[in-house]
Amino acid sequence: MSTTSLSARQIESLALGAWILGTGGGGSPYHGLLNLRQLYKQGARVQVMDPADLADDAAVAVVSTMGAPLVMQERMVDPGPMVESVRAMERYVGRRFDAVMAVEIGGSNALQPCQIGAVTGLPVVDADAMGRAFPEAQMTSFAIHDLPMAPLTLVDVRDNAVIVARAASWKWMERLSRKACVEVGSIAATCKAPRTGRDVKECGILYTVSKAIRLGETVQAARAAHRDPVQAVLDAEGGRRLFGGKIRDVERRTTEGFLRGTATLDGLDQDRGRSFRLAFQNEFAVGWLDGRPVVMTPDLICVMDAVSGEAIGTETLRYGQRVVVVALPAPPILLTPKGLEHVGPRAFGYDLEFRSVFAEAR
Amino acid sequence: MNRIGIDVGGTNTDAVLLEDERVRHAVKTPTTPDVMSGIRTALARLLERAAPAPAIDAVMIGTTHFTNAVVQRRDLSRVAAIRIGLPASASLPPFVDWPEDLAELVRGEVHMLAGGHEYDGRPIVPFDTAGMREVARRIRASGIRSVGITSVFSPLNGSCELEAEAILREACPDVAVTLSHRLGRLGLLERENVTLLNACLRDLAHSTTRAFVDALAASGIRAPLYLTQNDGTVMLASEAEAYPVYSFASGPTNSMRGAAFLSKREDAIVVDVGGTTSDIGSLRHGFPREANGVAEVGGVRTLFRMPDLLSLGLGGGSLVAEEPPAVGPRSVGYLLTEQSRVFGGDRLTATDIAVAAGLADLGNRGRVADLAPALIRACVARMHAMIEEGVDRMKADASAVPLIVVGGGSFLVPEQIPGISEVVHVPHQAVANAVGAAIAQVSGEVDQVFQGLTRDEALAEARRLAEAKATRAGADPATLAVVEVEDLPIAYLPGNSLRVRLRVVGDIAARP
Repeated sequence: MSTTSLSARQIESLALGAWILGTGGGGSPYHGLLNLRQLYKQGARVQVMDPADLADDAAVAVVSTMGAPLVMQERMVDPGPMVESVRAMERYVGRRFDAVMAVEIGGSNALQPCQIGAVTGLPVVDADAMGRAFPEAQMTSFAIHDLPMAPLTLVDVRDNAVIVARAASWKWMERLSRKACVEVGSIAATCKAPRTGRDVKECGILYTVSKAIRLGETVQAARAAHRDPVQAVLDAEGGRRLFGGKIRDVERRTTEGFLRGTATLDGLDQDRGRSFRLAFQNEFAVGWLDGRPVVMTPDLICVMDAVSGEAIGTETLRYGQRVVVVALPAPPILLTPKGLEHVGPRAFGYDLEFRSVFAEAR
Repeated sequence: MNRIGIDVGGTNTDAVLLEDERVRHAVKTPTTPDVMSGIRTALARLLERAAPAPAIDAVMIGTTHFTNAVVQRRDLSRVAAIRIGLPASASLPPFVDWPEDLAELVRGEVHMLAGGHEYDGRPIVPFDTAGMREVARRIRASGIRSVGITSVFSPLNGSCELEAEAILREACPDVAVTLSHRLGRLGLLERENVTLLNACLRDLAHSTTRAFVDALAASGIRAPLYLTQNDGTVMLASEAEAYPVYSFASGPTNSMRGAAFLSKREDAIVVDVGGTTSDIGSLRHGFPREANGVAEVGGVRTLFRMPDLLSLGLGGGSLVAEEPPAVGPRSVGYLLTEQSRVFGGDRLTATDIAVAAGLADLGNRGRVADLAPALIRACVARMHAMIEEGVDRMKADASAVPLIVVGGGSFLVPEQIPGISEVVHVPHQAVANAVGAAIAQVSGEVDQVFQGLTRDEALAEARRLAEAKATRAGADPATLAVVEVEDLPIAYLPGNSLRVRLRVVGDIAARP
């Protein structure tokens, strides 16, 4: 099995790119980045492997941190419980893992497999199960392919471990694990249902770690050359610029455990005189230009600082920010009829027929 | 009521005497390396003009001394950092994201102990008091004199930090202790960074405050001394010396507050055009809008009360390039009166362009008579566009607001700006900082998560807590008003969790 060692610089790019792929949610990868910088100083390295090199019967751990972003600002996530969630799963299923991967490449969860890999030596698979960030457990390519949702291990810093052995549905998995998570302080390391190499190759979203690194490198190179980082991202990723403007109003509310709300933008420069409205549910979900829906999940809706190209999260949107709204293409699996049932606009409560920004362009 | 406001800047020390709502006298003197003699000179000249000397009710000093110490890496003390929160957050120890040169200077000892709280107030694990006793012994042995203590979720429950301080005091009664829950907001690393920055400035704050008190005594003024804070309010100097970080951004804040007072406008955009930069801020109810996110000080990420400022590389000393026409960000700075063309030098600056365009009447106009009209037009257009864009960025909404202009380079600001109802020039604009210091009020702030309450109940409780804080800090309770309130529902947390940030301010209570 061949692997590639990530450089310290690639880790920086990965964090930057993952934050963009977070499409407003997923949490800032800053703490994970700090941890990896330290591990790298101590000589640890992250090995990344091509999913094509996975044996069909290889065992892959799928990991993420569950919890509230606010709690993560105080109780930062350590690699210890992350590793323990993987070990607990190994003990439960009676088999060692061959590799580890992220369930979600968008936001802080992108770095979790790297932290585990740096500590344990497990290679990180160049793949995830969302290709971006999503708020719920059933919004993965594995769920879209009807792979089993259980078992799940959940571990906290005090050496508490919970195993959800079976769940009647994804909804039940979410309810049971969420309850345990809240009890241990609304932050816990989880290892999701183990996948085989074949599962990952057939049902994963492939090469998203490389994609995040590439995105980060694009922004860094543009900044260094004093070019427009937003345009550089659009050119490199085949994205589309939807709107440039200034945030006029932000309204947020919490319902059913999600940060929902809308942001209204007034156009500037070529968009002067027009207005754009963004709805979010942790991540950006739908965008309307002058009242007409023009972009919707699962197309990636990213809001970037007009000058620095830094991604802006739904929790940090504020009045007066100069931003550019862009769309990046979604992984094809999310655009299938089954995919849209899980992650299309109706899955977020918007009665809209999905229409891709990119279909329009073709 | 007679108040004296003093601004100790990097270049000048300004002082004003305010009689009720009127600026009676103002003086400007150079800042001296020892700070104290500059203040003495300023006070002496101010009192001379006001003779016979009136009774002074309060003296307020604003200074950039402590920010400069961090930025320039000087006069900082070595500190011990204590983090309470294990087994959580173990992988990112104190100083983890500091620039290495600053960490080398400040990092004395680092101790991490079990304890801390959850978001809902439950302990993570019991506080390791035995471990804390051992840490106290080690700090005593090390000879370190300033300690910063940070506990997980201490803004919601500060008991671990208080207990740690009590244990530390038994072993080392004389150390200066900074507790994070008195300083910062939620966000462990950023709050801890603020705590440690504060700890490393305690010696300097003590000696500087001493110098202020001595300067005041030497000038014969018997009045309480206040230091101005980042948010435009004041603390008694005796209390403020424990919180030097709270004065980090008091310079720009005082300038904006002074501008509001002098223009009699409460809601406006303010631009302070200096020699090298133009600082733009937004006033609401007479106070600067706060920065929402992380602010870096000397390369350290912090999160606390700071004004939201946009700094443009455009000032009176900005260098002008001719081919193609460009202005700034490089500047001749304080050498403007030697190096610019109109003052006899040979470097082309923004001031020279303004004189050539007839926007300012400074120096020798004949020395810029040879400039090509096309270059003048292009540079003026560029400068106006920079300011217009900056002003628009800082506006909170689309409605037209006034723009108040202060600072030595105010002639660079156009008289007509889209989205600006009027461009306001004020009297005494050159000492707006000192005026801002003189008018400062007392505040109280709460930033906390409330659970199981309705929104109205949570806001009322937050207001009660903030008012109690302000009264303790010296405010007259009858004058307290809410100036800022923000509530943010928290994703994933159960039980209607609402994070409320609320701030009240009031006048200084009359002194017997």
